[in-house]
Amino acid sequence: MYHYDETDQQLVDDRVARFRDQMGRFLDGRLGEDEFRPLRLQNGLYIQRHAPMLRVAIPYGTLAARQLRQLAHIARHHDRGYGHFTTRSNIQFNWVRLEDAPEILAELATVQMHAIQTSGNCIRNITTDPFAGVAADELFDPRPACEIVRQWSALAPEFQFLPRKFKIAFAGGAEDRAALRFHDIGAAARIGDDGQRGFEVFVGGGLGRTPMVGHSLKAFLPQAELLNYFEAILRVYNRHGRRDNKYKARIKILVKDLTLDGFAAEVEDEWAWSRGGPNTIDADHFARMEAFFAGPADAPAPPAEMPDQPVAYTRWLARNVAAHRQPGRAIVTLSLKAPGQAPGDATADQMDGIADLAERYSHGEIRVSHEQNLVLPHVARADLPAVWAAARALGLATPTIGLLPDLVCCPGGDFCSLANARSLPVAAAIQQRFDDLDYLFDLGPLELNLSGCVNACGHHHIGHIGILGVDKNNQEWFQITIGGREGTQAALGKVIGPSFAAAQVPDVIARLLETYVARRLEGEPFIDAVERLGLDPFRQAVYGDSHAPRH
Amino acid sequence: MPHVIKHGLLVADDWTLVTSAPANPARVILPLADWQARPDHPAVWLAPDETPDALLPHLDRLALVAIHFPVFTDGRGYSLARLLRQRHGYRGELRAFGDVLRDQLYFLHACGFDAFSLRADQPPAEAVDALADYRWQPLGQR
Repeated sequence: MYHYDETDQQLVDDRVARFRDQMGRFLDGRLGEDEFRPLRLQNGLYIQRHAPMLRVAIPYGTLAARQLRQLAHIARHHDRGYGHFTTRSNIQFNWVRLEDAPEILAELATVQMHAIQTSGNCIRNITTDPFAGVAADELFDPRPACEIVRQWSALAPEFQFLPRKFKIAFAGGAEDRAALRFHDIGAAARIGDDGQRGFEVFVGGGLGRTPMVGHSLKAFLPQAELLNYFEAILRVYNRHGRRDNKYKARIKILVKDLTLDGFAAEVEDEWAWSRGGPNTIDADHFARMEAFFAGPADAPAPPAEMPDQPVAYTRWLARNVAAHRQPGRAIVTLSLKAPGQAPGDATADQMDGIADLAERYSHGEIRVSHEQNLVLPHVARADLPAVWAAARALGLATPTIGLLPDLVCCPGGDFCSLANARSLPVAAAIQQRFDDLDYLFDLGPLELNLSGCVNACGHHHIGHIGILGVDKNNQEWFQITIGGREGTQAALGKVIGPSFAAAQVPDVIARLLETYVARRLEGEPFIDAVERLGLDPFRQAVYGDSHAPRH
Repeated sequence: MPHVIKHGLLVADDWTLVTSAPANPARVILPLADWQARPDHPAVWLAPDETPDALLPHLDRLALVAIHFPVFTDGRGYSLARLLRQRHGYRGELRAFGDVLRDQLYFLHACGFDAFSLRADQPPAEAVDALADYRWQPLGQR
């Protein structure tokens, strides 16, 4: 894992001092609300429905055990004993006091953490594959590049006031587990003809109000040129992106307006003069960075197969344990989707327990996934039974990773002031309705994503089943899409028809699933069946021949 | 165009009333359009949506380029500064004016501005201190 050097530490310490001063000036009236707002947002501080919310950055989703313990401490002392892990691998504290925020940032700085880049119209926290560095299908670990880009972007002076927020994701695997094509910039690891490392660069993807799949802007960018090229993209965007309408201000709109070729020409022109310039990353710099991410040096031998394990354990093995690049190790996903728990929430006690598990079994390392779960990336296979038992005791062994109840959900109208609808009760109703593990295992892989408004924090467009809360005449309705997916075959879900009241949603899901079970081919997952069959049989099952009044 | 009532009719008014002549006409900062009519003048200002292209052949002779910030959240001026300084090697005074506030000074300075004309209500002494808000330097400048 990366460790701050003096420059990094000084930056976060200076930032705490700055924000303390800014908060002081705001509280005594010397700094106006309009001038303070962008400053507090750039420090992750929102004013929400019930209280201020503080969003803390977890760069590329990697946490050390002592960092997670500090998050537990903050949850206990500044919040109500829990935190919410988000779809961008950050953590949110929903009940902080405004005037406490500088002190919380100071406590974070002691463990090399901060809330910079978690909001505002700047380059946001960099995200990546939660299995980076350990996945069996990886070309190379993208985290050294993530860290280099993090250092470049954390305080990037030129890009503090972009037209709108800007999200960058990296992935190193053959499979895309970072939703690259739904980011402003997505970078996929590639090996060049000469054996050099580099990235295919996607641009202009995004969800929200105007969802778009990103375009390939450059088939191969040598990794030495990452910062020069990203700077060229951002400069073109900063100068020419729309600032007159915040709903048309993301880079995806600029790419559409200029056309991909037109945008690419602007970027090439900008890159032509910075290429090889002072921000070029030399091989030594990469080598130093790679050393931080080397991972465990020892390689434990795989244990002998143990027959006749309890079914609860084998289910957990089947769903929550993934292949590590070392055959003697495994990647364990700790589920934050236990029934009755808001998706992505973890209590302070759970966080402390996970930190203990990480220290004992995972080289002190934890990952946060964009599916709102936590991951122990380096578990020796021989330790799996012990990890399972400990995870079960903590309520973190729900064996449904990648199945329907592992749904992704934003905090919605219960917390968020942007939301049109309460997403959490709908998520809970779905989890309650579909709790038969035999049925869920038979259904197989299924991603359900739920957002409480068009801002799409629950990524509903890329759910195999997506649910979007909408407001019609001050009533909550839920619009349902199917066929969305992330990954290399990225696609946006299509609306099946008129919206439903919250109470109807579980029945609608049941009809979609019945249709799938009746029509699927041997071994065909839900999403593939939707692609093959199209929307009609599903629409027919939900709406019949009737045309319900449109909401 | 502004209007004036003349002979009982509303007509377009192409006169501009100058209340006092500048003390020193050699020391005025001209808007880009006016400067283009007299590019030997040493000082010009750009709006955030203007490009510095017309300035490029004259950069060596320009003593001052100012960039306007209509609101402090309009970040285009930061990129204009970077272009002038890094890409085109402009070495004269680069001034930020308009909605220029204490809390953005470090970032403006890091992009190449070396002169700041603050919004009237900003305390100047605090603003001078703000240039040292962070000890961090962008990667290429370390």
